[in-house]
Amino acid sequence: MKRYDLIIIGAGPAGLSAAVEAAGAGMHVVVFDENARPGGQLFKQIHKFFGSKEHKAKIRGIRIGEELLKEAEDAGVEVHLNAIVMGLFDCKEITVMENEAVHHYKADSIIIATGARENMVPFEGWTLPGVIGAGAAQTLMNLHGVQPGSRVLMVGSGNVGLVVSFQLLQAGVQVAAVIDAAPRVGGYGVHASKVARTGVPFYLSHTVVKAEGENHVTGAVIAQVDERFQPIPGTEMHLDVDTICMAVGLSPMSQLLSMAGCEMVDKGGVVPVVNAYGETSIRGIFAAGDVAGIEEASSAMITGRITAAAAAAELGYLSEEEFEKKAENLKASLKQLHEGMFSPENRGRTDLTVTDEGIALSSTLLKKGYVADEEISRFPGVVSGIKGIHPVIECTQNIPCNPCQDACRFGCISVGEKITKLPEVNQEARCTGCGMCVAMCSGQAIFLVDEDYDETGASVTIPYEFLPYPEPGTKGTALGRDGKAVCEAEVLSCRTAPVMDHTALLTIRVPKSMAMKARFFTV
Amino acid sequence: MAAILDRNDDLGGFRPEPDDNLIICRCEEVTKGEIRRAVHEGMRTMTEVRRFLRVGMGLCQGGTCGRIVKGIIAKEMGVKPSELSECTSRGPARPIEMRIFGNEVADDE
Amino acid sequence: MRIENHPILGTYQKGPLVTFTLDGKEMKGYEGEPIAAALRAAGVMTHRHTSKLDMPRGIFCAIGRCTDCVMIVDGKPNIRTCVTPLQEGMKVQTQYGIKAKE
Repeated sequence: MKRYDLIIIGAGPAGLSAAVEAAGAGMHVVVFDENARPGGQLFKQIHKFFGSKEHKAKIRGIRIGEELLKEAEDAGVEVHLNAIVMGLFDCKEITVMENEAVHHYKADSIIIATGARENMVPFEGWTLPGVIGAGAAQTLMNLHGVQPGSRVLMVGSGNVGLVVSFQLLQAGVQVAAVIDAAPRVGGYGVHASKVARTGVPFYLSHTVVKAEGENHVTGAVIAQVDERFQPIPGTEMHLDVDTICMAVGLSPMSQLLSMAGCEMVDKGGVVPVVNAYGETSIRGIFAAGDVAGIEEASSAMITGRITAAAAAAELGYLSEEEFEKKAENLKASLKQLHEGMFSPENRGRTDLTVTDEGIALSSTLLKKGYVADEEISRFPGVVSGIKGIHPVIECTQNIPCNPCQDACRFGCISVGEKITKLPEVNQEARCTGCGMCVAMCSGQAIFLVDEDYDETGASVTIPYEFLPYPEPGTKGTALGRDGKAVCEAEVLSCRTAPVMDHTALLTIRVPKSMAMKARFFTV
Repeated sequence: MAAILDRNDDLGGFRPEPDDNLIICRCEEVTKGEIRRAVHEGMRTMTEVRRFLRVGMGLCQGGTCGRIVKGIIAKEMGVKPSELSECTSRGPARPIEMRIFGNEVADDE
Repeated sequence: MRIENHPILGTYQKGPLVTFTLDGKEMKGYEGEPIAAALRAAGVMTHRHTSKLDMPRGIFCAIGRCTDCVMIVDGKPNIRTCVTPLQEGMKVQTQYGIKAKE
């Protein structure tokens, strides 16, 4: 039997971060993962992450994954792939199926970082080919370059549903609608808005009642639900789709922890009872990342490091002082991600009506996925009527994110110390129209507007992540925040640069009156 | 827990519902009605229902349906899902071929 | 349908184009990609029919967990096609219960 200081199960963001931290402290560490490639689900996350610089904000998940792999490699971390951990025992021994045999490994500490699995809800026809998980859609299109279908119904308006809907559009797949049984959009408003402005309708308080088709999905029936989430007869609506994508939440994959005898609790998903450093009721067995409670990759990377530091301290690889300093920094960083309207303690709350600044939330955003024209001007990043080009920041919820502040070298944008604050536009500072803020906003919520572009027209620069890029001179239609046509538009330019990492800056000319309305372009 | 395990609890008898034919356990093809009926027949824990109907004993080991089954049993018993204990978790955690299961290797240090 | 050019990912790194069979019919796919990806790109939706109710199933989770996409590969049933890399000459069969169609 092989022995290590630390065994980590799961080579996703939490597990790999833990491995890097542990190896850095001098521990003899090994990571097991059942997949053929390390990185967990990070390599399907092609969107730019939120947070601040230290959380790798504005960097796409795939690149964060690449960096993490390199860090692990540089640290000399041993990773076993195609290695399925079948058993975990309280003596800190594991059994692993690899190379068609069962191997035993033992360590002084074990970190479980097995992540989560997708929840599913059953409905008539849900076993038909064509009903898939949102993760399956991501796997097919982002890893393998295959469209999961041609026209998709997205069930679930949490961040996964919203992000995957946008990724489907990027992959050239039509999204027929985003629906959710809840009465309000569950994910970030900015994620919803970038989907809604392309013309995808949102149906809140709606559920899927039936997948149609004999041998595979040929359509879907959705219906409105009452307060008890029961379909209301007579509200059924048919949608022409060949794929139904489920994004209805995640559950921790905590079976190994139960097997070892760790104390578990059902918090809408079975998780281990852990202390402040992720240690379970069994000394030396830790849980990090989604298996300890569903969050996202950014916080998983931090909790991975915290548990590894705690394991290292327990075995004497870190002095108490070193550990305390490290843990304090990591926790401060985690706390930043845990603030704002989407914080863990606010999860599931439906009674929030104002931002931290006391501004009324957009009710249209929560119902339909976009901020209505008459609501947008009350947010501090939205300024109009000033001379020359300037940013318009349509960021209307307190989410932990501040790359816009760092993006502007001229001091046009400020978020302040607390990264969940709504960004403000400093009207004194001079905007040069460089567009870095537009490209750096992970929520694609920043636009450049020049209301005096020429005699009769204004220019609007929008973040654009679709192919093909329209050529200058192309005439088309400008769409409003609601995805409906508002006016004719002409492409002035479509700028790209390596630093913008595939977020192009598409500048269109629209009539002056449309400067604060036109937010998307289609030919 | 004690209350949950009281098999004399009157659950009001099994009443058919329109979605009883809905497949819940995709691997073993067990329906919602079968699970609901099992509760009325005296299966009052996840493990009992599992052994009685084979829900969650197929290839995916309850990965997809576990949470849904828990919800159905809890609703039938009039308790919160979090009040029900999970099925016993034991190795092997994933399906494994017997020829591999029997092929234990003693790796020397 | 394959995605030829992706706005973020560009083109996809693929192995050489290989030939395999589905229920005896010749098909093409890229070596090393999951069998399920090659099948979906070719428009195949049904991977198997269930034991009890003979209902069609296909890709569901695509990461090897749900086991809905299992097929008979080179004579072996219950192979998770979403995590099994495609190889030249593979014999893939629709699975009925745990067997091929007789």
